[in-house]
Amino acid sequence: MSILSRVVAIARRKSPWICRLNAGSCNGCDIEITPLLSPRYDAEQLGIELHGTPKHADIVLISGTLTHRSRKAILDIYDQVPSPKAVVALGSCPASGNVFAGSPTVLNESLDTIVPVDVWVPGCPPRPQAILDGIARAAKLLEEGATRSQLARSLQGQQAQPQPQPAQPDLTQPELARCEQGRP
Amino acid sequence: MSELWKYLLAFGVWPGLLCAAPLGWLELWFMRKLVARLQGRQGPPFFQPFFDFMKLLGKETVIPRGVGRGIFLALPIVSLAAVTAALAIVPMPGNPIPSLPGDVVLLLYLMEVPILCEVLAGYVSRSIYGQVAAMREALLSLAYNLPFLVAIIAMAQHVGSFQMQALQGAPFSVVHVVAGLTFLLALPARMKLNPFSIANAEHEIIADSHIEYSGPPLALFKLSHAIEVVLLTELFAVVFVPATPWPLVSAVLYLAVGIAVLGLVTLLATSTARLRLTQAFRFYWLWGGLASVATMAATLVW
Ligand code: SF4
Repeated sequence: MSILSRVVAIARRKSPWICRLNAGSCNGCDIEITPLLSPRYDAEQLGIELHGTPKHADIVLISGTLTHRSRKAILDIYDQVPSPKAVVALGSCPASGNVFAGSPTVLNESLDTIVPVDVWVPGCPPRPQAILDGIARAAKLLEEGATRSQLARSLQGQQAQPQPQPAQPDLTQPELARCEQGRP
Repeated sequence: MSELWKYLLAFGVWPGLLCAAPLGWLELWFMRKLVARLQGRQGPPFFQPFFDFMKLLGKETVIPRGVGRGIFLALPIVSLAAVTAALAIVPMPGNPIPSLPGDVVLLLYLMEVPILCEVLAGYVSRSIYGQVAAMREALLSLAYNLPFLVAIIAMAQHVGSFQMQALQGAPFSVVHVVAGLTFLLALPARMKLNPFSIANAEHEIIADSHIEYSGPPLALFKLSHAIEVVLLTELFAVVFVPATPWPLVSAVLYLAVGIAVLGLVTLLATSTARLRLTQAFRFYWLWGGLASVATMAATLVW
């Protein structure tokens, strides 16, 4: 690995820019992101910057239960993020639908079936520390070139084959995921 | 041939790209750290602007559909080249370029190019947000350029020459003080800092006119902004701070003055909220206009 690509890899860990995507959240998860930028948690120490546009982002934070209407928006936003990119799913909703599971307006599948998720941050809502930890882990994955989109790309480059479909999530036990709701 | 080498040296090494880029990152880091400390936060680590730049270099560039590829990629390069060329003209101690007659005019022209590039970048991006940002930038530049240009032109009038070296070597007088204050008045808007951060209002229009940019072109825009910060602060130091006969002392003095000016505008930026475009416009045409009149009057009296 040349020195330049090494520096770029380190820079990816040191400067993760995030972009939020509310896919139908109750706003509980989103409001927990704000303290990250406040004096208490101060995400800027890790180089984290919140950007409004997906074009500047490295990491997309997706929160909320997935609705029929947000599916296309998620794909759209995800495609606009220039690679290398990582996806962090916030809260229990993207995994299981949480308390909204079974509603007719809700897509009863995990976020993993729409975009490749790299880090799951459980909780309803997750605590700011947990979100910070999730972003830091995603940034580490970006440095190692080990996010799922990066891996898929390198596979594609090696074999010139279509990207493997993300695995179907195990939705047989939605209750299990629901139990994971973090309580302070 | 040796002339050409001098220009290349000034453009590429000192005070051009090679030295100005780290200096710009240092100044950006200083501003961000100061903002963080004033807000009671820890702030970013020292190498943060460098890491941001390197990371953007390693990212993919997404070009929106229907946007001219050539102009989309050329704008950041033109912007960076223009600010670096402008910085190369500034007679920093040790600058190898000989002083040209009328280089103040060239400098003022080159300093407008990055703004023009930003406006064009907003318009070619075909994003509504980018176009709003471009419109705001273009309108605001009409306002803050009044005190900015008058401050420099009054100095030239005072010295009786459009040569940077003459401006630098002028004996200190009241005109320096008045024109310097007028320059400082225009500085926050030129740097797009807070009460006048109307063009890059991240809450209303998401990002500035670079909204559709990503990867290396965005990195070049960020670098050009960093160098612009160096250019503006050092221009202030060179024109309005009396030069010393020792180059090394002058260099340290210029750097210190630059950092002090940055601290001042950052303090203003942290303690104020964003104005509306009309308010900023009125402010610059009223108070900037009055300051300009006072500056011109000072050149006539002293
Ligand atoms: S996980 Fe909980 S807090 Fe987060 S969006 Fe779902 S219901 Fe709201």
